Amino acid sequence: MSAPTHTITRSTATSRIAAVCAIILIAALAAAPWWGSSATLRLIGEFAVYLSLASLWNLLAGYTGLVSVGQQAYVGFGGYVLFSIALFLGINPLLAIPVAGIAAALIAAPVAALVFRLQGAYFAIGTWVVAEVFRLTAAQMTALGGGSGASLPVDVMKQLGGRAMRESLIYWAALILAVCSLWMVYGLLRSRVGLALTAIRDSEIASASLGVRIDRVKFGVYMTVAGMTAMVGALIFLQKLRISPDAAFSVNDWTAFVIFIVVIGGIGTIEGPIIGTIVYFLLREFLADLGSIYLMILGALAIVIMLLAPKGIWGYVAQRWNISLFPVGYRIHWKD
Amino acid sequence: MDWINAIVQGVLVGGLYALFAAGLSLIFGVMRLVNIAHGDLIVLAAFIALMIVEGTGLHPLASLAVVVPLMAVFGYVLQRGILNRTLGKDILPPLLVTFGLSVILQNGLLEIFTADSRKLDAGTLETASFPVAGGMAIGVLPLLMFASAVAVIAGLQFLFYRTALGRAFRATSDDREIAQLMGLDNKQVYAFAMAISLGVVAIAGVFLAIRSNFDPSIGPGRLIFGFEAVIIGGLGNLWGTLAGGVILGVAQGIGAQINPGWQLLAGHLAFLIVLAIRPKGLFPRIEG
Repeated sequence: MSAPTHTITRSTATSRIAAVCAIILIAALAAAPWWGSSATLRLIGEFAVYLSLASLWNLLAGYTGLVSVGQQAYVGFGGYVLFSIALFLGINPLLAIPVAGIAAALIAAPVAALVFRLQGAYFAIGTWVVAEVFRLTAAQMTALGGGSGASLPVDVMKQLGGRAMRESLIYWAALILAVCSLWMVYGLLRSRVGLALTAIRDSEIASASLGVRIDRVKFGVYMTVAGMTAMVGALIFLQKLRISPDAAFSVNDWTAFVIFIVVIGGIGTIEGPIIGTIVYFLLREFLADLGSIYLMILGALAIVIMLLAPKGIWGYVAQRWNISLFPVGYRIHWKD
Repeated sequence: MDWINAIVQGVLVGGLYALFAAGLSLIFGVMRLVNIAHGDLIVLAAFIALMIVEGTGLHPLASLAVVVPLMAVFGYVLQRGILNRTLGKDILPPLLVTFGLSVILQNGLLEIFTADSRKLDAGTLETASFPVAGGMAIGVLPLLMFASAVAVIAGLQFLFYRTALGRAFRATSDDREIAQLMGLDNKQVYAFAMAISLGVVAIAGVFLAIRSNFDPSIGPGRLIFGFEAVIIGGLGNLWGTLAGGVILGVAQGIGAQINPGWQLLAGHLAFLIVLAIRPKGLFPRIEG
């Protein structure tokens, strides 16, 4: 046996430092109820919501090639499941979040069976039609307020404790969902599924001939993302305390913004949605007063990035300096 | 009798849906591009017509003489300036760029025209009708809309199969590299396709504006109707698209007859049923 000519590693010095920083940051954020005001909690909570939605959409569109513009179907579905459970059963709404996730993953199966018949861009609009069906159906459900919607009753919210306790619990739920979403995407991409996804991206025909079950992988990712998205949706409407079909199934709020975040940050990278969410919140801080012009700026920015740097901000950075904070591939180090 | 009436009206509205769909179908056929901003472009055309009619006092139908060329030029410039750069193997760039365009158009129109509901006034044309058997009456305007849809689709069909430009469309659609080798300038061919698509969009926009109220937010809904008509009818078949529009219109009419809240839902369900049992649509183009 000759001495090995190379070693293979996954992590790099940068990624190890990033991991330590991430743990410190998460610990600091988890302690936010002790150092932050209500407004701070709300802002970080909202940041966590968009970060989760963006990471999940990125897994779907950027890694699996399922470009959905109908994820608002699951955001709204999750919200409505939470409201149904809280209104009719009166149990603790935090417990309704995982229920919403399971229910959405189950309903995503027949939906996928239908929309997977459409290819590429037609798949995108097909998912939108499904979201419209969900919205119109919700508007028909008079027990949940029909078209005008419903509010969470006070006695249901009191189960979460006093005002400060309530705010902290909802905040922690948002933080946990964001960390779980990122962790799940990262873990999935490092697993066999990630390898299969990379193979499918590079060549569907070649990967199928090597035994990758393309349909099963796509189906599994779609259902998982639907479930997670619905949990985020349930949390969003627990934060808002009020739901209506138009708010719950809004294509602008839950899909357009999310797509812009991912495209600006860098589609098909784990870091992209994080960068994109930061950029989105910074822009919103300075430009939200402009109303519809702000949305036009976001749309134009997304178009410019798509034309000039299709891999987004992080794609550019990663290529320029060859760094990766969340390594999913392998690096070979040759020994001369 | 109400039911027959609902179906007849549904058939006629189907013509409008086919107009929404024809432009979408055309550019998908030629360059595999799905234009998410299609519905917002229809609304843009409606607002341009509104400005012309309010500015000059022209009849809404006469405004077509200005709106159609204007939108066609816009389509040409849009394709040459932006969309041609997004075309390639990856479907993501064209999808996301037209999605961005959709948001820009919607909010731009909102900024200029506010969220108020508007309508084009076509005078006596709107209420004119002639009686048919059994006490029913058919409106002149819906009939005109349907006839226009038939004419537009017949025109596109002629263009596709009887002209040099149509041959270029079909050639780039079949194989863009070979078409280029044969001396076609793909970018120019695509730009012409988008120009024609937006010309049809202009006609759809004017009829939409005469028929019902419109505001900057209704674009995505029109895109979805057009898309459903295309899929129901079968990809690549223009007459199929007309049939798809009619089926969608009838489904909505029947839904509305059962319960006004079910109008849109019934249309979507018809689409999903067709997708479930005939995923390639009812009249897919025969390959060969």
